[in-house]
Amino acid sequence: MDDFEYVRPGSVGEAVALLAEKPGRARAMAGGTDLLVQLKVGRRTLDRVVDVKGIAELNEIHVGSDGGITIGAAVPCHRVYDHPAIVAGFPGIVDSASIVGGIAIQGRATLGGNLCNGAPSGDSIPSLAVVGAVAVIAGPSGRREFPVSEFCTGPGQTVLGADELLVAIRLPAPPPRSFGHYLRFIPRNEMDIAVAGAGAWVALDEAGVVTAARVVLASVAPTPIEVPDAATAIIGTRGEATALEAASEAAKAAARPITDMRGTQAQRRHLSGVLTKRALAGAIARARGEHVPGAHEAHRVHASATH
Amino acid sequence: MVAVDARTATKVVVQATINGEPVQFLAEPRQTLLECLRDVLSLTGTKEGCADGNCGACNVVMDGRLVNSCLVLGVEAAGASITTIEGIAPVGGLHPLQTAFLEQAALQCGICTPGFIVSASELLKRNARPTEDEIRFWLAGNLCRCTGYDKIVRAVLQAAEMIHPAA
Amino acid sequence: MTTTADRPATSSPTRVISINDGANIIVSHGDYAVIGTRPVRHDGVDKVTGRAVYGGDTRLNGLLFGKVLRSPHVHARIVSIDTSKARAVPGVHAIVTNADLPTAEDREVNLGEGGGNLKYMSDNVLASDLVLYKGHAIAAVAAINVHVAEAACALIEVEYEVLPAVHEIKAAIAEGAPLVHPSLTTKSLGKDTGVHSNITNHARLQIGDPDAAFARADVIAEGEFTTTMVHQGYIEPTNATAMWYADGKVTIWTSTQGSFAARDSTAQILGLPVSRVKAVPQEIGGGFGGKINVYLEPVAALLSRASGRPVKLIMTRAEVFQATGPAPGSYSKVKFGATKDGRLVAASAEIYMESGAYPGSDTGAAMRCLYSPYKIDDMRVDGYDVLTNRPKTAPYRAPGAPQAAFASEQVIDDLARKLGMDPVEFRLLNAAHEGTRLVNGPLHKKVGGIEVLEQTKAHAHYQSDLGTPSPGTKRGRGVAIGYWFNIGLPSSVAISVNADGSVTLVEGSTDIGGSRASIAMQAAEILGVRAEDVRPSVVDTDSIGYTGVTGGSRTTYATGLAAIEAARHVIAQMTARVAKVWSVSPDEVSHDHGAFRAGTRSMSFKDAAGHLDETGGPITGTASLDPQGHGGAFATVTCDVEIDVETGKTQVLKWTIVQDAGKAIHPSYVEGQFQGASAQGIGWALSEEYFMNSKGEMTNTSLLDYRLPTAFDVPMINTVIVEVPNPGHPFGVRGVGEASIVPPMAAVANAIRDAIGVRMHALPMNPGAILHALGTI
Repeated sequence: MDDFEYVRPGSVGEAVALLAEKPGRARAMAGGTDLLVQLKVGRRTLDRVVDVKGIAELNEIHVGSDGGITIGAAVPCHRVYDHPAIVAGFPGIVDSASIVGGIAIQGRATLGGNLCNGAPSGDSIPSLAVVGAVAVIAGPSGRREFPVSEFCTGPGQTVLGADELLVAIRLPAPPPRSFGHYLRFIPRNEMDIAVAGAGAWVALDEAGVVTAARVVLASVAPTPIEVPDAATAIIGTRGEATALEAASEAAKAAARPITDMRGTQAQRRHLSGVLTKRALAGAIARARGEHVPGAHEAHRVHASATH
Repeated sequence: MVAVDARTATKVVVQATINGEPVQFLAEPRQTLLECLRDVLSLTGTKEGCADGNCGACNVVMDGRLVNSCLVLGVEAAGASITTIEGIAPVGGLHPLQTAFLEQAALQCGICTPGFIVSASELLKRNARPTEDEIRFWLAGNLCRCTGYDKIVRAVLQAAEMIHPAA
Repeated sequence: MTTTADRPATSSPTRVISINDGANIIVSHGDYAVIGTRPVRHDGVDKVTGRAVYGGDTRLNGLLFGKVLRSPHVHARIVSIDTSKARAVPGVHAIVTNADLPTAEDREVNLGEGGGNLKYMSDNVLASDLVLYKGHAIAAVAAINVHVAEAACALIEVEYEVLPAVHEIKAAIAEGAPLVHPSLTTKSLGKDTGVHSNITNHARLQIGDPDAAFARADVIAEGEFTTTMVHQGYIEPTNATAMWYADGKVTIWTSTQGSFAARDSTAQILGLPVSRVKAVPQEIGGGFGGKINVYLEPVAALLSRASGRPVKLIMTRAEVFQATGPAPGSYSKVKFGATKDGRLVAASAEIYMESGAYPGSDTGAAMRCLYSPYKIDDMRVDGYDVLTNRPKTAPYRAPGAPQAAFASEQVIDDLARKLGMDPVEFRLLNAAHEGTRLVNGPLHKKVGGIEVLEQTKAHAHYQSDLGTPSPGTKRGRGVAIGYWFNIGLPSSVAISVNADGSVTLVEGSTDIGGSRASIAMQAAEILGVRAEDVRPSVVDTDSIGYTGVTGGSRTTYATGLAAIEAARHVIAQMTARVAKVWSVSPDEVSHDHGAFRAGTRSMSFKDAAGHLDETGGPITGTASLDPQGHGGAFATVTCDVEIDVETGKTQVLKWTIVQDAGKAIHPSYVEGQFQGASAQGIGWALSEEYFMNSKGEMTNTSLLDYRLPTAFDVPMINTVIVEVPNPGHPFGVRGVGEASIVPPMAAVANAIRDAIGVRMHALPMNPGAILHALGTI
């Protein structure tokens, strides 16, 4: 690995200035679990690494009076899935945070980093997008907000300018009876990159009818993609099999996958449908108050020989 | 071409607490914590298996969290408290996990063993009586190619029992 | 759970000596003080505390760090190499290429085991004119640290002329395929055909007349199968450190399965007499056959000679995948015929195995093992070694046999289905036993195939039902059997007696998974001391007699025999000393269970050791031997799977492995061998492969995408140690390291067939493959 300058600013303004000084040659680092691998294999070279973990604002989880939550961009996954308010209100995000890498990765990796890395397979992006999460971005000329659902623009590419810093991710207050669920498909039970992933979110009325829904897929297009037709198919239903099937077909139609070492086009398209159906069913069940196990719990069949 | 010359890397003084002892060392920013532990501080009990966070052989505890030391920069250790396999056992003794790994024959080649013991020690701090599945999930980031994990799972169960004997 | 442990095996008197949590059963023989117990291994504390020094932990004064420049092309001619810019980098101490190696002769060299063509060995270490696979080493740099070495590597300018390449077996054997070695011609049945092709060798083994026998068969089953290249997947990357001293002597510190093999190969490649090279085996972090060949040792030595400093090289994980020796992929056609009452009467097969960039694959072993579980009077197998532009393949645990069994055991399963017979009953009915003819000619010696199958059938797992599948899933059970012949090879041991009655044991076998303990225990049993009274050390090649590699399941057998002989040598000398103390003739003194006796007199080993000083000084017992009495081993796997039919994902629910150990010296480490091979087998079956892009480049070169099973992927693994003693070893040891990886892939395939009704013809049987087989995608 080529050497670089390591800096650890204490404020957002300082960090932005450090990035702006070396456009394209400096990059913010939170957990470093993607960035350091990219530097090691030479996929990226930098003159300056800006460690943002020393900035207080980026390390905060703030619960607003309306129930909305702001998660600092440098908050590691383990703090996300251990946070009672996030667990209570945003189980889909907990699904995602608890399957990023293994336990050691979760000690460092952040939702902010997952988003800024811009991988089509980023496990947290669909979960954030379906709940209407907003990226809070600081730049030399101040702050702006941008919907997470449109944050990624291509593999490894985002709307973030070279002189901009992701400060936080803001989760709007969830409507009543609304929950998300994220499922990914991997060949092993842990430690893999999603062959395909689906984040779903629904809101129910008091009668249990879906009044609002969103579906975002991972790993089946150059960016995470939203499938409005899947949402349309489920809205107005109680999640009956026919509605889930229609949503599943909509997801398959929307997927634009490639074939690579992790899966084929046909497999990914097929999985888009399966995962959409299952994630929507899980989100609806959660919205009804049922317990739906997290993604990591659902993968393994508990049937060892010698219990 | 690279703007910073690979040959003239500037070293930084890092002060950290490693295995309970205040330590100062020199690190190039590009050196990982793993490299610093092994090549600078001669703490070679922490192993490198993959260098990209997928095998867990380099796992250490940093400020109370399990981390892959291959994915932490040495300079990030400034002000941190780090525990490696060398700091797991009391002086002159063994950690219950170490005893259990020996008694259960939970190692063959042994290269993954330090990482497993460090990882499992963090599990047992958070979950005194983990189930087989909880152990397997927690340790999924630690690869072992020799044992098939069976005896490792048994060793962690035994250590849990040693630390908190059932009534 | 209930176990079959209370049911003795039907052959040979047996008794149960241990049931460990109900999951691990031993059907045992013999009555020993030390053997069969489970002491803490001698090197254990160092390994759980991080003290043990592995190859990568080697630290020497003035150490430099090296990096190897590797080919980005799958097949190319090296037009020129310009190292001038790299040499100018401050901090660089040496750069070497193939030009620094002596000109290697195109001849076979014998390295005790294996060996090979010296030019190929040399070219594989540093390419001369051609690069034959992506990752092929071209040059190496030694510098003050690995980052500087890496930066300098990037400044080495290599001009290539890219050549057409072949990426896999079927393409390589096709008419008009580009040739990996254009000068090589196909040898067939021992004769040079003069035909230029990528098939370097064709061999045939035949007994009887299978073509005629098939005509007598009532039922025939057949199939074609492919397996992909896979890696041993040891967690410790390949490494070597070397110092070339001013007097021309070379020392290498390395993680190797065989210090003598590493020494001899390095000496041959460097053109040095063996006496000028010393190999110091460091602790080794896994090998499974992949740490026998040398890759870095000669390069580190050249860099040291050029720099005058010790140099350490450690591969990255991507280099390990691309530039060491993986296990070959294969393509097989297998056919079995049986009578309607279930007797196997005919078998034929063709097995193609890739050798990668240079000739020589595992085909011979695959051919030998394919039919070994069965009694078949008429059988034939043809084997072909095929060159491809991929890394030169290397052994991986029972090399060749798993690929063959993946094919044959699925066809056997089909045959049992066609006959409507229970798969274990069918195998029992046709099981090979002592005196059954093997396809390569000899008769089986005493083997435990029947006992293993009987334990499989009686096991609670096999007797249980599959349980209720989770919604949307289907369950199935599969069984398969596998065979490995095991090997002998030379071993040396020296035992010295200390005055306090403890002993030191010096051995040449590197300890890859507990062999210090299994060898020390055998010595302890003979001496009549405790396992803890023996201090075993693995020493360098200057400090013990020649010893073969830790491989072929030979170490506990062959080095164990050397330890037994050395211990007997000690006892013989001690007996004479005790006779001196008692002033009797040595003939009057006997030794049994740690005590010397003459008439009513008795002296413990410890007390006798206290008399050494006054009776003539120290005693060392030594043995160097080349035993021929190794015994083959059978293993079965029973596995239950559950398949999510919508996603194609297979979860292994339950796994039982039954294997004949001959005698389990340290049962925990025997179980560990069974369990470890089982997990490797699960990975080989379901998730591991060298995934190639259209250019023939491996794309999944990290442990993220080369998917070794994690702890969360595999179940607890039931074991049954069957002990049918090997007559060629005083305690009956057969060796246990390899047979257990032969049946898993076929067992999983048979379970998948059982669950979803689809026969899988290729590895890995990953979710995409299952969906494809189901017609879903």
